[in-house]
Amino acid sequence: MFEYDFMRTAFAASGIAAILAGTVGFFLVLRGQTFAGHALSHAGFTGATGAVLFGFSPLAGLVGFTTLVGVGMGLFGEKLAQRDVAIGMMLSLALGLGLLFLHFYTAAATQAAALLFGNVLGVDEQALLTLVLLAVLSLTALAFIGRPLVFASLQPELADARGVPLRFVSAAFLAIVAVAVAECAQIVGVLLVFTLMVGPAAAAMNLTRRLAAAVALSAGLALAEAWGGLTLAYYTDWPTSFWITALSGMVFFGAAAARRFAG
Amino acid sequence: MSALRFDDVTIRLGRRDILSAASFEIRDGEFIGMLGANGAGKTTLMRAALGLIPVAAGAISVLDEPVARGNPAIGYMPQNRGAMAGLRLTGWDVVASAAIGRRFGFVRLDKTKRREIDWALDQVGARDLASRSIGELSGGELQKVLLSEALLGRPRLLLLDEPLISLDPAHQKSIVETARRICDDLKVAIVFSAHELNPLVNAIDRVLYLGSGAAVIGPVDEVVTGPVLSRLYGSDIEVVHIKDRYFVMAGDVDVEREAHRHDHQHGSSHDHDDAHV
Repeated sequence: MFEYDFMRTAFAASGIAAILAGTVGFFLVLRGQTFAGHALSHAGFTGATGAVLFGFSPLAGLVGFTTLVGVGMGLFGEKLAQRDVAIGMMLSLALGLGLLFLHFYTAAATQAAALLFGNVLGVDEQALLTLVLLAVLSLTALAFIGRPLVFASLQPELADARGVPLRFVSAAFLAIVAVAVAECAQIVGVLLVFTLMVGPAAAAMNLTRRLAAAVALSAGLALAEAWGGLTLAYYTDWPTSFWITALSGMVFFGAAAARRFAG
Repeated sequence: MSALRFDDVTIRLGRRDILSAASFEIRDGEFIGMLGANGAGKTTLMRAALGLIPVAAGAISVLDEPVARGNPAIGYMPQNRGAMAGLRLTGWDVVASAAIGRRFGFVRLDKTKRREIDWALDQVGARDLASRSIGELSGGELQKVLLSEALLGRPRLLLLDEPLISLDPAHQKSIVETARRICDDLKVAIVFSAHELNPLVNAIDRVLYLGSGAAVIGPVDEVVTGPVLSRLYGSDIEVVHIKDRYFVMAGDVDVEREAHRHDHQHGSSHDHDDAHV
């Protein structure tokens, strides 16, 4: 399958997005902000459809709008980013707006399906380059805020007393999440971002007690699921996103069962 | 030299004066038990010393320096233990996150830092506990691991907010003894807040009692008396002293016991909630 250009690009793109999603997703799970991540992906739908309507590239709209919303959520403070009702309302508002944009933009059906459920085979070289640059930037930023981020996630009150700027850390992290969400949406679509961002991270937490090992395992599992899904899709001709969600689900429930049996 | 000094300090949260023109001084290396009713300002006092709450009037000094947020000379153990329930990470990793959590950049956990973490765990006898998942520890075990975090960076003043809350008597005893030993071995001053005096009474040097915006510090015998506590509680209080146990009674209700029982029912302290208003 590697004789095709589009397959090589798809492997590269999904690999990069998966590593970013697995790494960022671990901290998202650690902070209990998975729902916020899910909502960000819906904001991405609005951003992408809006961008298309106004003549920009969907990827630019996706990254731009999710980052904006992410930083906004972070600045409102820890409490809002974890408040289910506010996030849920924002999520539906974003999808509604996206629907409106689609309504004005004719020839929308394929575009919409690609946004909602991903189209990894449609990634071109230009988009791949953007994905690589954004991933390197996000992972560097994540490494930079990593230590205060873990501290603030586990013990916010103590971190506050020790002088960690909680609001800055929270906003910076959600900006990074926004980029990861945008990358993920390219591969599995905005509706299925959870599968790469949360599934592998939650599974990794069930498999190890050590922080560094869990981060690495989360990234590794996400990569394996993305590439596995792509390979299975190639041989079955079923949708890639379906296979990735299937693998992610299997790994997650398998890890949960393994933990239960191990005690 | 004083470890912590309040000069005519007024602290206002919302429209309520938690402290009004309160003054007291804690000496270097002293073990102070801090008591007072729910909402009397125990948590607020600690947060003010940490620079997290501004004072409306007066001055606070920590080790003869003005208050500064993130002061490394203070070790703090907040009452809110964070979201540890069900967390799979080891206690060691949690303590490590606190040890290097202040620094941005590409910080590695080097040998010196690792030794510092092990040292802190050894001080509270939690080295073995730390290899287990933090979410699987019992209340008393968890409290020891978290107490070790307050020792990181070798502070000169420890502010421990309700370390005994929801622990059984055996674990309470063990935490109090650990704190006393840390105070003696490391020559640090400790402010240890609690609902009940009795678990602390044999370990502490002096008691700091809060109520009605005032703070009274002194030997237990002189502070925990009917007249002083009546003033602090703003109602008629009688103190019954049997051997080395004290019962603070308002009419026929044991005030401290009542507060403690109340606290268990709600699972969290009102005093603490007030601090965030």
